[in-house]
Amino acid sequence: MNIAVLAKQVPDLVEGVEIDASGKAVDPTSIRYILSEPDDHALEEALLLKERTQARVEVFSLELGEVRDTLCTALAKGADRVVMVRTGLDTPPDNHTAAKMFASLLRGLAFDLVLTGVRAIDDLDGSLGGLLAGYLSLPYVGLIRKVEISSDGGTVVVEKEYPGGYAAELEVRLPAVLGIQAAEQPPRYVPVSRLRQVMKTGTVEEQMASPTPAEPVGVERLFKPEEGAGAAMLSGSPDEVARQSVNLLSERRLLR
Amino acid sequence: MANNVLVLAEHFQGHVTDITFELLGKARELAPALGGSVGVALLGHDVGGLVSALGAAAVVYAADRPELREFTPDAYAAVLGIAVAHASPRVVLLGSTSVGLDLLSLLSARVNLPCIDNCTAIKFQDGGLVATSQIYGGKVFAEVLLTQRTTLIAVASGMFPAEAGRVSGKPQVVQIPHALVAPEPQTSFRRWIEPPPGDVDITKIPILVAVGRGIQSADNVPRAEALAEVLGGAVCGSRPVIDQAWLPKTRQVGKSGMTVKPKLYLALGVSGAPEHVEGMRGAELIVAINQDPQAPIFSVAHYGVVADLFDILPLLTAEIKTRQG
Repeated sequence: MNIAVLAKQVPDLVEGVEIDASGKAVDPTSIRYILSEPDDHALEEALLLKERTQARVEVFSLELGEVRDTLCTALAKGADRVVMVRTGLDTPPDNHTAAKMFASLLRGLAFDLVLTGVRAIDDLDGSLGGLLAGYLSLPYVGLIRKVEISSDGGTVVVEKEYPGGYAAELEVRLPAVLGIQAAEQPPRYVPVSRLRQVMKTGTVEEQMASPTPAEPVGVERLFKPEEGAGAAMLSGSPDEVARQSVNLLSERRLLR
Repeated sequence: MANNVLVLAEHFQGHVTDITFELLGKARELAPALGGSVGVALLGHDVGGLVSALGAAAVVYAADRPELREFTPDAYAAVLGIAVAHASPRVVLLGSTSVGLDLLSLLSARVNLPCIDNCTAIKFQDGGLVATSQIYGGKVFAEVLLTQRTTLIAVASGMFPAEAGRVSGKPQVVQIPHALVAPEPQTSFRRWIEPPPGDVDITKIPILVAVGRGIQSADNVPRAEALAEVLGGAVCGSRPVIDQAWLPKTRQVGKSGMTVKPKLYLALGVSGAPEHVEGMRGAELIVAINQDPQAPIFSVAHYGVVADLFDILPLLTAEIKTRQG
């Protein structure tokens, strides 16, 4: 069983995101990149499957930001091989372009299962997993919270999330692409000492890919919502703010 | 030229879901301006009874077959692809839901049509059709000018009023020919898994104290619980809190969690990502405390406080206790 995980770097929203002078793109200098959270869960789910079935886990990431650290972390967590994909592009590609590129990259390799996060915060033109499955003519299911490989290795049984706490159990023939929402357990922690060791001794492979730009969606303008639009902002010292808040509740008879 | 609007109908447990009516309402506004009409794709089995609820559409493109009883992305994408080819739509509207999100990307790649995710508005602007999409957790909006090609659009829940699409009637029913659909399904539905029982039902509790990533660790959750206790409410959380197992799954608010409409929703360290807001927008009073003045939660809250929640939380609890004597 060979599992490929596609792990993407996205802006760390804690650091904020600024719009550039053109007004049509984000300013790359304003961004600190981190691993997309659903992709972190996709990696965790792959590692859980490896522990249960001795599957081989390979992680692919586009060259961007601190991706080398992300890939070393994946190695330290237990991935068998990590690959940094170099595109020669100045800015991260849209999902259609990335999906076409990963499709040509993965087509020649014998993967049973491709796991990726069900979505990323910078998705504008769909999600990578569904697009990739479409280009590779493979089955796809997204919003997955659990994956089990059948004993003969021919299918997986997955749990797909629905509103209201419901989930559907589906059986998917392999090879397939799955969009992971959450792994069965929180992504594992890597001790710093282990990570340091892997950064010295581990190998991050590099691979060139030549993306064929897809017809991009034409972004006319990016804008930020007006700060605090809609909310009346309470201000003052913490004591004052707490008193004002409790006054609001009291006026509305929300206190017992 | 493609000038119609096609909506994918979603239904769950025998009922057409709200998102369908939200999309139909928008479709009724867009289609006349495009010089076209509204179509709706209805896929499932034994769903003939749902047609009368879809009176907002002129045409229902129906596929009623046992293998479509429950949603599987492959089969639904194949049939929806045929419906799209028949309906000549300028835009195809899907919900940004468990069903719609799978179909959006799969179909976009399979039939080579552009797609847009997380849409919050669609309007005519300078003679063109512009879709607005929420990105970066709701911190940035992108306006996209649609081309003349059919565009697939996934719309976030709660963006358009459902009432505008809730029209009963007798639309024309056109059967979707399915000779082209692969006979061997790659994906099969096995069963529904019910929500886990046993915990409090947060949809029935009038006062909710919600914690987000800002609560930082499971160790801090009892501090929010103390506040919920003096208020006579319960604690709930956003997706990251549930994924970290700081709160049980039953307490999740938002997409694939619960939709709640309490009298008070006190959001502590919740950024307000679209997936969360979807589940709490309907609360009567929303008070948000967040350190980040740009947190999108302040766009949906009625009252906001920019502060470290750990500075305010104990003071709130103490102040309420004092007033309660």
